[in-house]
Amino acid sequence: MKKIIAAAVVAAASFGFVTAASAGTLDNVKAKGQLVCGANPGTAGFGVPDEKGNWTGLDVEYCRAIAAAIFNDGTKVKFVPLSSKDRFTALASGEVDVLVRNSTWTMSRETTLGVIWAGINFYDGQGFMVNKKLNVKSAAELGGATICVQQGTTTELNLADYFRASNMKYQVVTFGSSEEALKAYDSGRCDSYTTDRSGLAADRLSMSKPDDHIILPEVISKEPLGPLVRQGDDQWLNLVKWVHFALLTAEEDGITQANVDQMLKSDNPEIKRVLGVEGKFGESLGLSNAWVVQIIKSVGNYGEMFERNVGPKTPIQLARSSNALWNKGGLQYAPPIR
Amino acid sequence: MSVQALPRPAKVKVVFYNDPKIRSLFFQLVLLAIVLLVLWFAYDNTVYNLKKRNIAQGFAFWNVEAGFDISQTLIPYSAASSYGQAFWVGLLNTLLVSSLSIFFATVIGIFIGVLRLSKNWIVSRLASFYIELFRNVPLLLVLYFWYGAVLGSLPEPRDSIAIPGDIWLNARGLLIPRPVFLPGFWMVAAGFIVAILGAFFAVRYARQKQAATGVRPPGGVLATALIIGLPLIVYFFAGQPLGLDLPVKGRFNLTGGLNLAPELVAMVVGLSTYTAAFIAESVRAGVVAVSKGQSEASHSLGLTDNQTLRLVVMPQALRVIVPPLNSEFLSLTKNSSLGVSIGYPDLVNVFTGTVLNQTGQAIEMVSITMLVYLTFSLLTSAFMNWFNKRVALVER
Repeated sequence: MKKIIAAAVVAAASFGFVTAASAGTLDNVKAKGQLVCGANPGTAGFGVPDEKGNWTGLDVEYCRAIAAAIFNDGTKVKFVPLSSKDRFTALASGEVDVLVRNSTWTMSRETTLGVIWAGINFYDGQGFMVNKKLNVKSAAELGGATICVQQGTTTELNLADYFRASNMKYQVVTFGSSEEALKAYDSGRCDSYTTDRSGLAADRLSMSKPDDHIILPEVISKEPLGPLVRQGDDQWLNLVKWVHFALLTAEEDGITQANVDQMLKSDNPEIKRVLGVEGKFGESLGLSNAWVVQIIKSVGNYGEMFERNVGPKTPIQLARSSNALWNKGGLQYAPPIR
Repeated sequence: MSVQALPRPAKVKVVFYNDPKIRSLFFQLVLLAIVLLVLWFAYDNTVYNLKKRNIAQGFAFWNVEAGFDISQTLIPYSAASSYGQAFWVGLLNTLLVSSLSIFFATVIGIFIGVLRLSKNWIVSRLASFYIELFRNVPLLLVLYFWYGAVLGSLPEPRDSIAIPGDIWLNARGLLIPRPVFLPGFWMVAAGFIVAILGAFFAVRYARQKQAATGVRPPGGVLATALIIGLPLIVYFFAGQPLGLDLPVKGRFNLTGGLNLAPELVAMVVGLSTYTAAFIAESVRAGVVAVSKGQSEASHSLGLTDNQTLRLVVMPQALRVIVPPLNSEFLSLTKNSSLGVSIGYPDLVNVFTGTVLNQTGQAIEMVSITMLVYLTFSLLTSAFMNWFNKRVALVER
């Protein structure tokens, strides 16, 4: 009897220290044979499953790019749709390996939630959508309006800040998910619906009469969106970060899904390094040296991903603007692969 | 033959660890120590791991500025208020929606339950249709139905439906004139309290008189006249100290007046129509449980149908009705946490939703919320148990 008790005490004592140590995320992902990716449950252009259950979107393709870098197979991803308010808890608790779900990079999130951003894959800002009938031309005319918003986002805070700073009154109605908020706006519960402008462009398409609504010109916040991981695993952070940089570098060097095989024969030393013909950059991340070739074959470069999912030829019709490469007037800039 | 006295057993000296009392005490203490140890390790382990993963912990967030707005606040609140204030706002909103719903659910439930027992075939079928419908549809769908399908199809503010008496109905809610208490209104309030006291004594006097003489003076009529009449007389005497803030059309919506938001209305209607179905069944069970002989005996004593129900059947039926009613009230309060799906700012929406997401402190938020619901439930139970004792059969 006493032996059993002693054993229980020892077990309990060791419990506190055993769970603290765990293998690296990359090893776990390799062992599972798939990447578990926190995704948006339904924002067209960024993360949305189609009727057959295939996920599409810019954020979704980031997950595919990471999977392609690891497994040379962009389909080895399991997408977990997460609401705004559950996403960080899901990442911090290890339910997902990486979160690519148009999440805004802020200081408090990085200092208190135990998560860390790997980069910015979309420079965005918050805006307002209103019905044309109201004849509102600017956000400055929204004093006294009722505004629908989804819960658990920076949007809620920016909204309060904006109206406080411009000394206007407003009425907020907060919903658990963006679909519910949008539905309430569509049914006339609110005068305006607010979220990131890319989200507004996407959500407008899912409304009953998209042409009745306009997006106001004001951008009331900075919303740098990007992939993020748990703190405390630098190898995994590096991997996600450099997959992002590789996508940008490929665009800069003109490496596309179509020409990647010819590019392998290129004499340009930078392209040789990027594609793993020279150097051991892939191995230093715990991957094969052909990692960028695998990524580009699977999803193309950043520019191709942008055009395919949210660019001017898609229904969402977003211009590159801030998301153009640094040498084309935008903000997207990757440190060199060397 | 003499009876030989058995020798008293000598007090055997038992080694202390063989003493059953000491032994059982020892094992109880060991068990307690293990339980405490496990709890302590669970706590310590959590704190250690949160710290290791750079996740904030503790209750320092309570006084930090919240920075977000809430649509319905019963106490002063703005984006500059603290998370702690947001907690109280959510808590009061939960209390408001639960208490309103409990009231209406009980009224509708008793009504439907009595209809269900009606001898009229159509009436009782209709009541059982209601019960079967609401008992078998998930509450979330009931809420979506009231919020999206019924209230959502109301016109936009500029096409508001006007109801006589400066009442407006639109997709933003029901706007009614807000009473404004002018100085001197305290006299009306005082008159009302005096009237209630007077009514209480009038009814008591009537009851005593009936017990003593068998003649029942019209106490009820007198009480009603007092409660309505006295405040009214004082009101005119004090110079009508009550103003009205009327809703007027603004740029986006009607402003002024008192706005009952559609979220609140949908929650109250949804929760009370849903829970009423369960309460109706409890009421029916209670009434059926009273044996037929009771009402037959009552009728043979010359009591009317109404008196039989009120004085003989109901007091006995309550013994069966009250205990299940308790659980219905408890689940109603807990069900009010579905408010987040239709934008009602209850505790779960505000605190376990927005505040949790902003601070990232899931363990603290969820523990506090659980504690709140536990307290609600225990208080409701305590009250219902007290009430149950009052209505329980007194056995002599």
